[in-house]
Amino acid sequence: MKNIFLIFISLLIFSGISGQQSGDILIKNGTVITITDGIKENTDVLIRNGKIDQIGENLSAGDIETIDAEGLFVMPGIIDAHSHIALDVVNEATNPVTAEVFVGDGLDPYDVGIYRALAGGVTISHAMHGSANAIGGQCETIKHRYGEVDPEAIRMDGAPRTIKFALGENPMRVHGERQGIVPATRMGMEQIFRNAFEEGKAYANAQKAFAAGKADFPPLYNTRNEVMADILKGDIIIHCHSYRADEIYMLLKVLEDYGVKKICFQHVNEGFKVAPELAAYGAHASVFSDWWAYKFEVYYSTAYNAAILTENGVVTSINSDSGELIRHLYHEAAKTQRYGSLTDNEALKLITLNPAIQLGIDDRVGSIEKGKEGDIAIFKNHPLSIYAIPQMTIVDGIVRFDIDEDNNDMRLDVDPDESIPTFYESETHSHHGEGDRCMQDVFEFLNHKH
Amino acid sequence: MRKINWIIACCLFISVQLFGQQVKKSTFGDVLLKNATIVTVTNGTIEGDLLIKDGIISDIGSSLSANGATEIDCSNKFIYPGFIDGGTQLGLVEISSVSLTRDSDELGDYTPHMQALTAVNPNAVAIPVTRVNGVTTVFSKPTGDLFPGTGAVIDLHGYTPDQMYAGSKAVLMNYPSTGKRGRWDRRKEEDIKKDNEKAMKKLKDFWSQAEIYAKINQTGGEYNPQLAAMVPVVKGESPLLIEVNKKADILSALEWINKNEIKAVFTGVSEGWRVADSLVKYNIPVITGPVLRVPSRGSDRYDVSYTNPAKMLEAGVKVAIRSNETENVRNLPFNAGFAAAYGMGVEEALKAITIIPAEIFGISDKYGSLEKGKVANLFVCDGDPFETKTQIQYLFIKGWNVPMESRHTLLYDEFLERDPGIKE
Repeated sequence: MKNIFLIFISLLIFSGISGQQSGDILIKNGTVITITDGIKENTDVLIRNGKIDQIGENLSAGDIETIDAEGLFVMPGIIDAHSHIALDVVNEATNPVTAEVFVGDGLDPYDVGIYRALAGGVTISHAMHGSANAIGGQCETIKHRYGEVDPEAIRMDGAPRTIKFALGENPMRVHGERQGIVPATRMGMEQIFRNAFEEGKAYANAQKAFAAGKADFPPLYNTRNEVMADILKGDIIIHCHSYRADEIYMLLKVLEDYGVKKICFQHVNEGFKVAPELAAYGAHASVFSDWWAYKFEVYYSTAYNAAILTENGVVTSINSDSGELIRHLYHEAAKTQRYGSLTDNEALKLITLNPAIQLGIDDRVGSIEKGKEGDIAIFKNHPLSIYAIPQMTIVDGIVRFDIDEDNNDMRLDVDPDESIPTFYESETHSHHGEGDRCMQDVFEFLNHKH
Repeated sequence: MRKINWIIACCLFISVQLFGQQVKKSTFGDVLLKNATIVTVTNGTIEGDLLIKDGIISDIGSSLSANGATEIDCSNKFIYPGFIDGGTQLGLVEISSVSLTRDSDELGDYTPHMQALTAVNPNAVAIPVTRVNGVTTVFSKPTGDLFPGTGAVIDLHGYTPDQMYAGSKAVLMNYPSTGKRGRWDRRKEEDIKKDNEKAMKKLKDFWSQAEIYAKINQTGGEYNPQLAAMVPVVKGESPLLIEVNKKADILSALEWINKNEIKAVFTGVSEGWRVADSLVKYNIPVITGPVLRVPSRGSDRYDVSYTNPAKMLEAGVKVAIRSNETENVRNLPFNAGFAAAYGMGVEEALKAITIIPAEIFGISDKYGSLEKGKVANLFVCDGDPFETKTQIQYLFIKGWNVPMESRHTLLYDEFLERDPGIKE
């Protein structure tokens, strides 16, 4: 009994410590790529209490951890606006609209994928619901505080709420093709959105009427409509899985009709075709560097997508949607130099400041500026070079990846029944077949059902 | 005057419409590439000229005379041999999620007689997309069960499979795996073991049938297409390409080929770094990749896929690199670049996508380097072709001057400044 009590107490203390840690660190003599204020040679970055305190030459800070970054490149921690790492479940594929669910209820801080992302300089990712439904679940912006085991410790406190929408083949396949319900077409898709917004609007109006004393009863509490009403209020940023220009244009018109402004299109392979419309609406785009042709709706794609969007004034980011690509987003960003000749700073913005803007956290991260959070990636060779090698990744002033210090086996949860760790012939490294994490859990559910 | 402008505008519009579907034609003729840095791969780097005549590299040297060949000034530019990808599904799969466009996977466990070259679509949209990144030649291979078929090395230019064929084919085998297929594979360990034993039995039975067939066939036995396709492999006349990745499976495969005296090349080999010495001992060349791959085990160091080629090479294994891709074979140079950065070095990584695969496929007399007499598969670029930002200016395949166009560039041209733009 006493033992159990002790364990309980130590768990309490442990979780108290692990929540949202921050540290002090001084990075000396690096080539600092600030993103917002040019490149500064031989410059120090001082992080105190997890925040960037000073940027300058010959800084000293007493007896704190000091890193010699001479000959190295120091850049803001990379941000991935579309990922599915650190999630127990990805899809609630039971209905075309499931706005009420929240992936943050199933965070997995043990996922070694977080560590592998850190080893690629990525400090923040947007852990998203999948694309099985027209309106999927709410997503969670996480900080890669790998080593913490409390799910609360990897949330990025204060990050705006976000929700996943999805257009095209995935929701049409899951609901129309396999379950025989709307949407089976891109016409049906539109009506799903209009209905959901109408219901959310009616719900909010009924609440207002009750609050103003114009109705005897409030509407029956409904979690789905609560969320839809919050989207209408502008409290939630929509991140919409999309590919074709026609469906992107459709959603823009629906959102315009309901006065919803906060929208970031995800994947958006044909975004380049409606780049002027996206720019005019103030819609954002988060794209793959070069994925295409794995299904029909991405057959008419171009790897120049990010460049065209950028040149047309759309706030654009490069994302991974993959436990493989998230490990080298710096290389994915560099592809915009092969395909579209973006400048170094334009290319690096695609994985730092721009995804921060898309997640509504650009006042806190995405560049090396005084007052921003101490999320830093340090590289040997320029991060856009094919020979770039991440050396160290820092989150809130704490070193979470160090190429020289880390063990080979970085798992936090070792299965005691497993004699040797399982070997996987194929890992999720592309959209081919069932490896698509955007569709994870869907076919298990459907196959079980049918 | 205004009328003429209109006509010009209409012509431009129509041409853009057409080009949206089709890249421009290639041209054939003698070309002299002048004043370049020529990275030969096999004979070092030379400052000078390279002459293409009748589709062949007819000379490399300083101050070559054009003799009627079209001259292209390549000052401050580099010439590299076309890259060779040792394993792809390029041309066999158009859109992987649309089953009727997927010609890589025929039904059945034993289909070594299925010919990739038959199903390669010379007009696959991914072909121009691939070659403009400097990949001129690929091994295109069937996928699927135990013996999925016969792959073929093809050049990424031509209107028929025969025009594309680069002179080498190989029978493929997927060595029975004791690993899980993926995260979604829920089989228990004992089920995996049982499945593997069954597969091994199938393999052994088929192999002994093939051996018997090879003997009987000489005396005129009944024709069996499956077994007939195995004859050159069983006789050791041509190598068998064995896909094998897990350490225990690699060791088992080594034992099996040794027992049956098989001439083998291993492909995939993602855990080659664990057993590199054994690969050296049995003198097995490997075609490994993709390098840009998640480690096979949760316990693996994050960079094992990046360092695998370097570790095998260091132990003395002959290493070629493949993308194992379909629509993104164009990432082959970046796979090689990562291998280079993680220990292999630029020179060796370059060999791993040029001369080494050419040697493995037995075509190094014609492919894999810039040498007099070899096929004119090469490209001209403004820097290190592994570097992501490097641009390729000219591309030659079998001496054809191939336009630097693909669906991706054409869409860029059409949509960068869309017209009409937005209505204000």
